[in-house]
Amino acid sequence: MKAHYGYKDGAGDFFVTIDTDRCLVCEDRRCVPACPSGVFEIIVDDYDDEVAAVVEDHRKTLKYSCAPCKPDRDRPPLPCIAACAPGAISHSW
Amino acid sequence: MPEYWRWTEQRWHDQDRDWHDGELVTAGVDVGSVSSQAVIVVDGELYAFASRRTGSDSPESAKRAMDWALEGTGMTLDDIGFVVGTGYGRVNVPFSNKAVTEIACHARGANFMYGPSVRTVLDMGGQDCKVIRCDERGKVTAFAMNDKCAAGTGRGMEVFADLLAVSIEEVGELSLQVEEEPPPVSCTCVVFAKSEATGLLREGWPKSKVLASYCSAMSHRVSTLLEQVGVEEDFAITGGIAKNVGVVKRLENEIGVKALKTTYDTQIAGGLGAALFAQNLLRKQRGAS
Amino acid sequence: MMITAGIDVGAKTIKAVVLRDGDIVGKAMTLAGFDARESAEQAFSSALAQAGITVDDVQHVVATGAGRRYAPHAKGDISEVSSAVKGVIERHPAARTVIDVGAEEGRAIRCNEEGNVVDFALNEKCAAGAGAFTEAMSRALEVAVEDLGSMSLTSTNPIPMNAQCAVFAESEVVSLLHARTPKQDIARAVHDAIASRIVSLARKVGFAPEVVLVGGLARNVGFVDSLQRALGCAVVVPNDPEYFGAFGAALAARNV
Repeated sequence: MKAHYGYKDGAGDFFVTIDTDRCLVCEDRRCVPACPSGVFEIIVDDYDDEVAAVVEDHRKTLKYSCAPCKPDRDRPPLPCIAACAPGAISHSW
Repeated sequence: MPEYWRWTEQRWHDQDRDWHDGELVTAGVDVGSVSSQAVIVVDGELYAFASRRTGSDSPESAKRAMDWALEGTGMTLDDIGFVVGTGYGRVNVPFSNKAVTEIACHARGANFMYGPSVRTVLDMGGQDCKVIRCDERGKVTAFAMNDKCAAGTGRGMEVFADLLAVSIEEVGELSLQVEEEPPPVSCTCVVFAKSEATGLLREGWPKSKVLASYCSAMSHRVSTLLEQVGVEEDFAITGGIAKNVGVVKRLENEIGVKALKTTYDTQIAGGLGAALFAQNLLRKQRGAS
Repeated sequence: MMITAGIDVGAKTIKAVVLRDGDIVGKAMTLAGFDARESAEQAFSSALAQAGITVDDVQHVVATGAGRRYAPHAKGDISEVSSAVKGVIERHPAARTVIDVGAEEGRAIRCNEEGNVVDFALNEKCAAGAGAFTEAMSRALEVAVEDLGSMSLTSTNPIPMNAQCAVFAESEVVSLLHARTPKQDIARAVHDAIASRIVSLARKVGFAPEVVLVGGLARNVGFVDSLQRALGCAVVVPNDPEYFGAFGAALAARNV
């Protein structure tokens, strides 16, 4: 399943997408500690799969939650994407 | 004082069905920020439902919806084998056995209401907008839910209806009464679009033209959310917005796909899906024992 | 002697500043209303009248603001980011962070000792990110927007605001009122909410003292309080905070 967490408002699209089929195979779950804002958590979803998700409190403020890792210039690789071995995480901006 | 999303409270049950001979009697309760639905399913068939305004207390709203669904059926809560709670207040349904997300419930409910061919569901509720992709069993394969921004939600549409002193039910039809389609309002933000519309009215734009401009902007906004998740046919629209022909028609044009129709009340999709989840869980429970 | 003018055509208000050799000799503010061009003319005329001069005495006019194309007599224009920093640095040379919150846009700008813009971050196109938010909430609370700030300072009870949208926040305020939440607590929550969305911008550009706050929302004492708490440092609020854009544009006009 492709879970798009986040929102769309007047300023743009701010979604963090987790491909749970890829996420399932991961044992390390390094995305959780890698994010300085604590955006990720591991949940048991509706189909009883243990997968990563965006913490509820961050879903409506992603533009701000992710801002520390997204300077306008010289943007380094995002820590969450770098930490995700199965390549399950993507950002819309 | 802003008014809430307006709709009628209603209930229904199948008077020709005697639920006593049913093997699996389950229920789903969908507590949304504006409305709450309780749905009862007996052996995979819709038996009863009730839709009520959500009050300030979620557990109380869940109970009120459930009580009304049961009314006149001779059934009590004890006769129900498994209850699944969903929606914004899903963690607050005290008599539920499990909570399942509104995304999963909506997919399952749409699968029932529109048939196993449905693959993409757009739900525009009172305070959110969801796009859900599912398979032939109603299992979610992708989703996006936007409950941060009022644009593309029932509440956003209501702000415009109030501005133009038009009832929410009239918005769609009135927006189609234009000879030529005007350009969409340039602001996505409902607050700024409202200012823009006030200016247009001052310039002499008739209400129909302003509504056409807004419905056009809304359908475009929703279409981009749909494109992000991807639209695969068959396509269905649930929630209050399904009744707004102004948005539905423009959206269908924009994505080049027509939405399926259903005879069921589109508002019960979440609760119905929850009741079907409950049925599966009850079956598993009994199979295990 | 050099006379220049700056006109800041904002979403809600239009500000005009007239400078004579770097001193402000005339300033005026009008509501943008439905005819921004006409309102801009009015603001400019008022400022000129205050200065006791006519448009012919003005060497150059520079415009800024979202509606700068409506500014009369402007020879050039500069961005809101540039004009805010120019204006602030002139009066506060120690400023290294400028926070400018108007009716429809919020900005956090990092500048250096030379007064040049190093980085900036914006809240745009969303009412929750700027003054339109507090205005909408004051309507929901049935309190005059000028009184909202001082009311919020009497609150001792912080409560969270879940909505991140002005429209949904209005519904949330109505619910809170129904639940008999004291108005001052709601008012404080409103200011904490918008402050948090502004502070995120400031963190994005990496704020450093002195932090100077300008723009219309600087007049809101509740917002200033919430902002200082969220930043964890003092914020300088100059007099006439709304005029810094026009002031900066008038300064830029000296170099045309």
